[in-house]
Amino acid sequence: MPSGGDVLAPTPRTITVECRFFARYAQALGRDALTLELPASATVADAVRELRRALPAAGVLPERPLAAVNREHASLDGRLAHGDELAFLPPLAGG
Amino acid sequence: MGYCTHEPIEVGRLMAAVADGERGGTVAFVGSVRGGAEDGPVVAIEYSAYEEMVAEEFGRIIAEARERWPEAVVAAQHRLGQVPLGEPSIAVVAAAPHRREAFAACRHVVEEAKRRLPVWKKEQFQDGGTRWREH
Repeated sequence: MPSGGDVLAPTPRTITVECRFFARYAQALGRDALTLELPASATVADAVRELRRALPAAGVLPERPLAAVNREHASLDGRLAHGDELAFLPPLAGG
Repeated sequence: MGYCTHEPIEVGRLMAAVADGERGGTVAFVGSVRGGAEDGPVVAIEYSAYEEMVAEEFGRIIAEARERWPEAVVAAQHRLGQVPLGEPSIAVVAAAPHRREAFAACRHVVEEAKRRLPVWKKEQFQDGGTRWREH
């Protein structure tokens, strides 16, 4: 049992997420994946902003793209965790 | 049988997967590639997908149908890759003891699949041109 005086491990200041791009986005970006480093408290919207800042071709992503985290539809204010798979989905057209 | 296939969809196999002596009503929806005249004749559609998520999302949609219509059993597949004009790109088959549940479960899965599956299509025209098709 740790004593009351133990120092907790410091919270990591950054996380990395695995971004995936599909269809029109992958074509415009010329890639289908990218590892992105973000502040520990980052949301999906923060990831979009960072991508649009870091990659000139990421202008193909709208400010509010459809996104999925770990293969589930996610909202833009959803908080990201280290190691998450963050996918950007062009407008869906299945069927 | 996976939810995604790169081969032609065999509707009979999906029907066999839900068949049971207690389920007297079976409804099958089959969506096929259509020509469309807007930008010239479409000869095929190239479907691409976030396959791992399609598998999980199809599973969630079918589980929802199972919760709402517990007696219905649903099987479904989306075809990926190049699908020629007239061939099925998606099939959903629902079987239940009575037709009402079978129709309702089939419709739910079709509508939610159209709305939620991460699948994209690129139309291929007779002149060799292509275009991403977004609803």
